[in-house]
Amino acid sequence: MINIIGLIFIGIGLTFDVLGCLGLVRLPDVYCRLQAATKCVTLGTCSILFGTFLIMGFTAAGIKSLLCMIFLVLTAPVAAHAIARGAHRAGVKLWEGSVVDKYAEDKEGEV
Amino acid sequence: MKIFRWFIGMIFLVGIVILIIIRPFPFLFYPDLPYINFLGRVLYIIILACILCLYRVWRGPTGADRIVAIDILGIMIVGLCAVLTISTGRSWYIDIGIAWALQSFICALALSKYLEGKGFDD
Amino acid sequence: MFFVAFIVWCLLSWVPDWQHLIIGGFVSAFVAFMVGDLFITRPHVLMHPSRYWYFFVYYLPMFLWECFKANLDVAYRVLHPQLPIYPGIVKVRTKLTTDTALTFLANSITLTPGTMSVDIDRDNGILYIHWIDVKSKDVESATKIIVDRFEKVLKKIFD
Repeated sequence: MINIIGLIFIGIGLTFDVLGCLGLVRLPDVYCRLQAATKCVTLGTCSILFGTFLIMGFTAAGIKSLLCMIFLVLTAPVAAHAIARGAHRAGVKLWEGSVVDKYAEDKEGEV
Repeated sequence: MKIFRWFIGMIFLVGIVILIIIRPFPFLFYPDLPYINFLGRVLYIIILACILCLYRVWRGPTGADRIVAIDILGIMIVGLCAVLTISTGRSWYIDIGIAWALQSFICALALSKYLEGKGFDD
Repeated sequence: MFFVAFIVWCLLSWVPDWQHLIIGGFVSAFVAFMVGDLFITRPHVLMHPSRYWYFFVYYLPMFLWECFKANLDVAYRVLHPQLPIYPGIVKVRTKLTTDTALTFLANSITLTPGTMSVDIDRDNGILYIHWIDVKSKDVESATKIIVDRFEKVLKKIFD
């Protein structure tokens, strides 16, 4: 029974992974791509790892997958934040349909 | 025109996924392992998602797009390692996953620092 | 710090026996001695059990639920044929001051629907946030929409 629940978790994670990569292809801008890809792929991979934990139980591989899940949740947003900040400092423009950019206004005000 | 392109792309993607699901592929592993009928298809679909990522690496207009795609690819390979752990039953695949996650995080930080200052000054 | 390192070592070498435990004790003591004062600057925060209670009962289920909603939202936007996005970078104001609280706030903003933190101005308490569906350009109303849910809980945990 618990194996079936684990396989269902793996299926959900797989769907979100594919949707995240589709967003990486379709969206028009670095920041939008970063949002879609980071959210979907992080939760999808965490769901796959949780399914692994449910199937393997309290063995070495199950505990390590749980540890890896915690590590991914802690580090993926930090990496996304660093990439967004670097891209904005490097002068990557937003998409033409963007509404507002307060950050660039404030930076021009400082300089 | 946009609707037309969306329609073509959706038919292409859903067609590949359905092809993977219904067709009996020759799996790489022994056929008597547990859940190999499900997990083999899971492996093929993850590889499809990785190919979508590699498209963004190939056609990225700026360098930031390529860095984003590399970061996402690293996270997805951790999931691939987890699925390999279940399907083969060997527990050292998840060790590869943990090491890959660490390496991918440090790689993303270093590349963003390079992008920010165009050099490792600070 | 010693206990965290020791627990991580025990989880990494599961099925613990005596040799693993002794070597793990030495290694985690070394790690705690080297980098302990980097991470823990206010040790009295760690002593209250009510903070752990708030963390596990209020923050964690809310975070997981928001994360799941974020995924459904992104899936809807990606699969829609005309890409219903109105992106922009807005500015919000926060009242949290410590480093740990700001890090957790930025992480939870990144994993919730439609928002992603771009930069932090720590002196004035200002976060710059990329929002995929801009509803208001004003500072106060954007603050009310994005930050307020997490700020109340995180203030109880980390201050």
